[in-house]
Amino acid sequence: MARDDLDELFGDDLILDHRRHPRNPEVIDGAAVKADGANPFCGDEVHLQLAIDEQGRVSDTGFQGVGCAINQASGSMLSEAVKGKTIEEIHDLRKLFDGLMQGRPPSEEEAADLGDLAAMTAVLAFPIRIKCALLPWATLEDGIAESRK
Amino acid sequence: MYDVKKIREDFPILSRELYGKPLVYLDNAATSQKPRQVIDALTDYYTNYNANVHRGVHTLSQEATDLYEGARTKVARFINADEPEEIVWTRNTTESINLVAHTWAKANIQAGDEIVVTPMEHHSNLVPWQQVARESGAKLRIMPLAEDAGLDMSQIDQYITSRTKLLAMVHVSNGIGAVNPVKELAAKARKVGAAVLVDGAQSVPHMPVDVKDIDCDFMAFSGHKMLGPTGIGALYVKRETLEEMDPFLTGGEMVLEVWYDRASWNDLPMRFEAGTPNIADAVGLGAAVDYLEGIGMENIRQHEVQLTEYALDAFKEIEAVDLFGPLESERRGGILSFHTDIVHPHDLGTFLDRDAIAIRTGHHCTMPLMRSLGVVASARASLYLYNTEEEIDCLVDSLKRALRYFGDGTR
Repeated sequence: MARDDLDELFGDDLILDHRRHPRNPEVIDGAAVKADGANPFCGDEVHLQLAIDEQGRVSDTGFQGVGCAINQASGSMLSEAVKGKTIEEIHDLRKLFDGLMQGRPPSEEEAADLGDLAAMTAVLAFPIRIKCALLPWATLEDGIAESRK
Repeated sequence: MYDVKKIREDFPILSRELYGKPLVYLDNAATSQKPRQVIDALTDYYTNYNANVHRGVHTLSQEATDLYEGARTKVARFINADEPEEIVWTRNTTESINLVAHTWAKANIQAGDEIVVTPMEHHSNLVPWQQVARESGAKLRIMPLAEDAGLDMSQIDQYITSRTKLLAMVHVSNGIGAVNPVKELAAKARKVGAAVLVDGAQSVPHMPVDVKDIDCDFMAFSGHKMLGPTGIGALYVKRETLEEMDPFLTGGEMVLEVWYDRASWNDLPMRFEAGTPNIADAVGLGAAVDYLEGIGMENIRQHEVQLTEYALDAFKEIEAVDLFGPLESERRGGILSFHTDIVHPHDLGTFLDRDAIAIRTGHHCTMPLMRSLGVVASARASLYLYNTEEEIDCLVDSLKRALRYFGDGTR
């Protein structure tokens, strides 16, 4: 059935849930890291904020955006996954997610680290849409680089 | 009698299946499919006639030149140009418009002049004029959009004035399908002494287009949207305008005589065609013109009007969908551009793809128009001579299912 891969993507309980109910929607004022990105090709927008505590760990996140289901779900999942992590650990997580989007299956330990993000492997059946999943991460990386200037 | 079934048999790709379903190709505004006659013309050219044109004294070169120039004659006749010399080969519509921007506009547009465009231009007929305006100090003016997203003709006289030097306008909008009254607008531009450029990318392939009747100086269009190969397009330039124009690219083929310190220019239109041209694809475009004329442009337009009316009726019943552009068929080409709050255009495009339905989603290279309509992207189904009512039914059925799927989750 041609619908199977569609269901795996748009009908996946996790992706569907993140799409319908994005996590951490509140804007964090005065956040240490503030990231705004867009893909003018489709008009998608991603806005991310990270609050960072004295130990250098992410204590709170904010995610707002407009766009397709994949982009919105990916951004919402990201806002969950980076909580409690240091900037270095976020970089490692991004590398892991990039690998996932290049078709590299994660180890059990890595899958645990990815959490809900592991569900995004469903996007691999739609190569043109992988960029949608990556936009929140590219946006966050730019925001982190900007915050260190 | 228009026999769409017979026409479809000429297009090998239309018998493809995707995901176990027959392909429904509704992305014709992006590019058209090719009939066997065009594919065969390319193979025949490379198999039997391939040689460089114009300079060879051998037989193959003469035959290749005859085929290549024969294609130019066909294209000239197709849009009712006076002579083949008024057709300059380019790669596509974009290059055709850039040629005018880099030659005619550089020589003729100055500070204080105005360039007028419609609010629904493809980026290819907007960005070149932004550049010309920036470099010359001329002003770029955008005509207003009407309530139904057609052109607002009530204020035209405030835009086309004695300061207007160039009116550059799209004939049929690729973004929303509106047909602009180019003849009426060209007449207004003529009255104030302005030159007229028409972007015919979405009109020349779909309806009878007569450059003399419109009375334009320039008409730009692409081969690949009218059953021809990619990489070949044309610019029509009225003879008297062409004679005044300086060359665009320089080098071989466009010169008559060359000294170490100077050169003289070749005859028209070769003066604008530097280097070895795209011979095979020009020949292929000639075959496409033969094919279109064999069916008749008036018949193709009528077929698309009927299909569009059929689709508009079906769309009326889908409440969650907003369709852009004028609803009267005489003011609309076979382009259905729509938006819904229930599903993002790209998610919809992915859904339809799994039903083997090819549509376009995004801004269609008309970002300012999309912004004016209050959206960043739309979904667009665009029709051509080989599409059928059954295919519209497939589109509408899949669209309705997508709205349920993304709306309340019913599968």
